[in-house]
Amino acid sequence: MTAIPQDTPVRRLERRHVAAAIVAIALVSVPILKTQSEWFAYPMHIMVLIMIWSLAYTSWSLMGRFGLVSLGHGAFMGIGAYVTALLWNYAGLTPWLGIPIALATVALVAFIVGYPCFRFRIVGHYFALVTLALSEIVRQVIMATRDYTGGSLGFTPTPHGDGFSLYALQFSDRAVFYYIAFVAWVFGLWVWRRVDRSMDRYALDAISEDEDASAAAGVRVTREKLKITILSAVLTGLAGILYMQYQQFISPDTVSGIAISLQIVFAVVAGGIYVMLGPTVGAVITILLAESLRVAIGTTMVGLDTTIYGLLLVLFIIFLPKGVLGGILEWWRNRAAAGRERADRA
Amino acid sequence: MADAILTVEALTKRFGGFTAVDEVSFTVGQGEILGLIGPNGSGKSTIFNMIAGLLRPTAGTIRFQGQSVGGFSPNRICALGIGRTFQIPRPFHKLSILENVAVAGYFGQGRRVGKAEAWETAARALDMVGLAHGDHASVDTLGAAGLKKLELARALATNPTLLLADESLGGLDESEMDQAADMLERIRREMGITIIWVEHIMGVLMRVVDRVMVLDHGELISEGLPADVAHDPKVIEVYLGTDAGEVQASVGAAG
Repeated sequence: MTAIPQDTPVRRLERRHVAAAIVAIALVSVPILKTQSEWFAYPMHIMVLIMIWSLAYTSWSLMGRFGLVSLGHGAFMGIGAYVTALLWNYAGLTPWLGIPIALATVALVAFIVGYPCFRFRIVGHYFALVTLALSEIVRQVIMATRDYTGGSLGFTPTPHGDGFSLYALQFSDRAVFYYIAFVAWVFGLWVWRRVDRSMDRYALDAISEDEDASAAAGVRVTREKLKITILSAVLTGLAGILYMQYQQFISPDTVSGIAISLQIVFAVVAGGIYVMLGPTVGAVITILLAESLRVAIGTTMVGLDTTIYGLLLVLFIIFLPKGVLGGILEWWRNRAAAGRERADRA
Repeated sequence: MADAILTVEALTKRFGGFTAVDEVSFTVGQGEILGLIGPNGSGKSTIFNMIAGLLRPTAGTIRFQGQSVGGFSPNRICALGIGRTFQIPRPFHKLSILENVAVAGYFGQGRRVGKAEAWETAARALDMVGLAHGDHASVDTLGAAGLKKLELARALATNPTLLLADESLGGLDESEMDQAADMLERIRREMGITIIWVEHIMGVLMRVVDRVMVLDHGELISEGLPADVAHDPKVIEVYLGTDAGEVQASVGAAG
């Protein structure tokens, strides 16, 4: 008996591959539709946001699914976005160089926070609290250096060129960014899948249950946790950068701080933390919710969406802990299993 | 005795003012099965945990294949070739039986191995201990004996030269204990693995081990062939108590 368990699901996916191809074609054709009718401009904008936030949420779930609950991912988004934008405005450094520098900074911060936590076994609630502090520290640094960052008023990258600058990664045509966001989103899913199919996944699942027993089986616990944390942080930083390049405006409220960190956790829990497309479903839910509230109520009740997030989070954790997509998939599997049982009996 | 694979000298562990292990010295020969017995709280598991890297010794040295390994991290000890089981089984419930062992087969060998090799190593280790491992069989289906086997398979998959088997066989009936004893002997015979076997029930162990050490209150009080140890008055007093006659009879029968 040497069957490798991953082999079996792959075969069964044929029909899903077809479905994925259809969805991909539909998604790719949205900007083409937009050239035909301006009606598609707004849905396309929403979809860019969904794809960028999906990348952030998927990145968070890379570690969140292993019980490494970080409340500091807003900080990684903020560092990515601000470092890239500040280098562009003050040093004239093209994002092509600024982005690698920003991502390296994110990796360094993730290491500085992660290493002591993992080395000294700060896990569970304590890890969440340490990372929560990181969120607030980054926000405070942005506020304290308001002479450069604009503080709570936000920050706008200096415009370059006439609406299409490859050098500054600034494109007034949203279709360009749509494709960039699409590729980034697919890239995030690809990374998720690679992790899911690696041996590291088993090690991390084992670590999440019992660090001593994992170490006794030869797993380098600190190293495994650092690897996934840095990967998760860097991809989240990338999402922050894309958000900044797309919106051409950032503020502590939109890309860093505790509110963003909590929003990330909420969206993933809502969508489904253990399934690949769970975070994406979470992004669809949260962004559609925020947009509907904005359209329906306007901006008179600032913070209403956050209030509703909080309430929904409690309800989800109690009634649908696997999230919307996780719940649906489970129901589907149970139904299929029951069907098979009936067939067996007949 | 053959060449020593493990040499422990004046090994001591203190927790605050309490001395759990007090200057214990012993050696283990290549290919030997050494029994380590003693009542609950006598320091057996503490010695194991120090050798396996889970606890740092307060004093003393541990040399494995000539290298001083005291204070090394557990994963490093594992990579060097010391496998261990836990007294109370510690399975990973999120993983299937095969995946539990494959983790050890992949990360525990002390060298880079391919995925395919890790799965094969895991399947072999499970076959060795006689545990079925069909697709995605859950660890939650295993009883006490099955979980012990899983522990053993996980340790074997790390390809150890020395196995620390913490087998306080609580929760097993007599035939299961006999099976466990036979399995350890088979592991030594077929895989050439040296074994230290921790136990607090003496009878089963005596049948299989080459040599026995008896611990009491963190000190080594007796050491030698099973037959001699079972007749040592000190052992009879602190450890064997009333069932001394039974154990002596079983040793006599085996010898």
